[in-house]
Amino acid sequence: MSGNLLHNLILFGRLLRGLGLDVNPGRMIDLVHALGHIEIGRKPDFYHAARSLLVHRHEDEPLFDQAFEMFWRKPSEGGVTLEMGGLQARPRFRRPLVTPPPLRPSDAKPPEDAEGQSPADQPPILQVTVTYSDREVLRHKDFAEMSGEELDAVKRLMAALVWQLGERRTRRRKPGKGRLLDLRRTVRKSLRYGGEVLEWARREPKYKPRPLVIVADISGSMERYTRLLLHFIYSLTAGLDQPVEAFVFSTRLTRITRQLHGREVEAALREVGQAVSDWSGGTRIGEALKAFNFDWGRRVLGHGAVVLFISDGWDRGDVDLLRREMARLQRTCHRLIWLNPLLGSPEYEPLTRGMQAALPYIDDFLPVHNLASLEDLARRLTDLDERRGIRARRFVMTSEVKNYARRSI
Amino acid sequence: MNLNSIDDLQAALREQLYIADRGLATAIYLALRLNRPLFLEGEAGVGKTEVAKVIARLLDTDLIRLQCYEGLDVHHAVYEWNYTRQMMHIRVHEARGEHASEAELFGPDFLLRRPLLQAIENTREKAPVLLVDEVDRSDEEFEAFLLEVLSDFQITIPEIGTIKAERPPVAVITSNRTREVHDALKRRCLYYWIDYPGFDKEFEIVRAKVPQAPAQLARQITGFIQELRRADLYKVPGVAETLDWTAALVALDQQALEPGVVEETLGVILKYQDDVEKVRGENLRAILDRVKVTV
Repeated sequence: MSGNLLHNLILFGRLLRGLGLDVNPGRMIDLVHALGHIEIGRKPDFYHAARSLLVHRHEDEPLFDQAFEMFWRKPSEGGVTLEMGGLQARPRFRRPLVTPPPLRPSDAKPPEDAEGQSPADQPPILQVTVTYSDREVLRHKDFAEMSGEELDAVKRLMAALVWQLGERRTRRRKPGKGRLLDLRRTVRKSLRYGGEVLEWARREPKYKPRPLVIVADISGSMERYTRLLLHFIYSLTAGLDQPVEAFVFSTRLTRITRQLHGREVEAALREVGQAVSDWSGGTRIGEALKAFNFDWGRRVLGHGAVVLFISDGWDRGDVDLLRREMARLQRTCHRLIWLNPLLGSPEYEPLTRGMQAALPYIDDFLPVHNLASLEDLARRLTDLDERRGIRARRFVMTSEVKNYARRSI
Repeated sequence: MNLNSIDDLQAALREQLYIADRGLATAIYLALRLNRPLFLEGEAGVGKTEVAKVIARLLDTDLIRLQCYEGLDVHHAVYEWNYTRQMMHIRVHEARGEHASEAELFGPDFLLRRPLLQAIENTREKAPVLLVDEVDRSDEEFEAFLLEVLSDFQITIPEIGTIKAERPPVAVITSNRTREVHDALKRRCLYYWIDYPGFDKEFEIVRAKVPQAPAQLARQITGFIQELRRADLYKVPGVAETLDWTAALVALDQQALEPGVVEETLGVILKYQDDVEKVRGENLRAILDRVKVTV
């Protein structure tokens, strides 16, 4: 192989890494070996060889194709360095923003809005005036009403919440006291007594926490909660051992799992801010649900997943679609929990068309408007039964919700 | 079999009635040349499992299949001791007044060889093809174990020792993506995403696999399925469904697609009730009209 080609290969590998592809030196060495087996002159073969070795995620393929095309075109068609510059300017994480993400300090809100009554088109907000201790106040104060300082305090408290998800009995067995015989260990033990079985060794099922999938509404009507809910989603992702899949939507659905993963909170939320292009847009819950069900449901809802759906239910889309897709979602997950920030208010009744359509398919309908409601959620997730019980297909306002409302007044 | 270039391989695959894209042929070719596992991902019914079967036929070697499921463990994937025989052995020796030694009891005679061990043991003349099917159905524990086996093609059995493959098997791993398989495993492999075929390729597949279907019918079936894949369905039909449907229509002596028969046999290609509802009646006629114009 010519030194020139090798040099270009290394540059190409570096370009791919720069674009966020998982290309390590081992794969590059494989590619060099592979080139010994194919006709390098045939560009399609070189392309397929490079692609099958350097890409191992279906979603990375378009990016690779772009990079390949730009990098390996003939010099006459344009300078390589120039093209690389052009490509790096628009990798997938740096999608141009339609509106800036609402991850700014909260004081940006105009003062008269905070003082005055909520505008008529806004959902009703609970006024909280309880004064036990600062912490107690903070626990029951609606997120939407908090000052920047209070929000920071809540974020710290939120990070301290312990999350644990109910467990599911897996099909894997381990030595223990179950009903199943462990013949391997039984025979081993019997050898000590000349093959006489004095004691049956047994196995028991292994339990594992359920996977969690979060789908959050970030449309305009949720704006006052969005920032904190993202923190909440982050703390769940970071606080649970099992995989957590996270999605946000307003007019379209965006998966933010990768952005949240393995970063510290501010960096993660910055990445999310850049990945999402429709902050505070309109709400089309039905369509978002459909996108989730069709594109992601089969991939992330396996193994008895629990779904947290966070939205105020203010929907401007097709209600029939919403109903159909809610039903599908409930059928495909173990438990469908809808978190609604408005539910914290005693006056709130789920009367919007969207909420009405969705209610029959929700397993638990819970508030998510203050720290106390999050603590309650944490408790509930821990206590999730292994068995779901028969789905009532009817909405029952839980006593906890009523208590919240009462306590908060 | 002479497989000295990608062209040879592609032609050989075609001879075995498997129509492969250049990309897939390249990936298979390199998997054979570099002794790397091949990781095939794609929707259900696009012919992932078939790849392993065809490779085994091409190389004229055995296919060893490991179907994955949740909780799949070493005892079902690698080896297990034959307890009943062990017990019998102990009893027989006892009756003779002898003592069965442990080394004897845990020797090769009492070993049940499961697929992974079979694939690695050097009992065959030719390296076999190892198919690890639907790895997404297994759990993380098994994935980690598989990664270990595929890195150096050796297995350690405490009672016997380490068994290493002299000729590593050709490993093919498939996934339907019902779960994200860990990157560490995929990194060890050549990766290829098998997409739904376009009209020409699918028509070719139908002709090759169901030669008794009249050309006109085959063309209409392919056109209809291609239309369905563009439709707004929860689960669109795969190639496997196309072939099943073709066989079904041939069995019903159909020469061309008729609305009535299509509606009665929709269950062969659509597996969700709301999808069937969407395609029925008016829509079905509209799709059929479009198909008959274009093909």
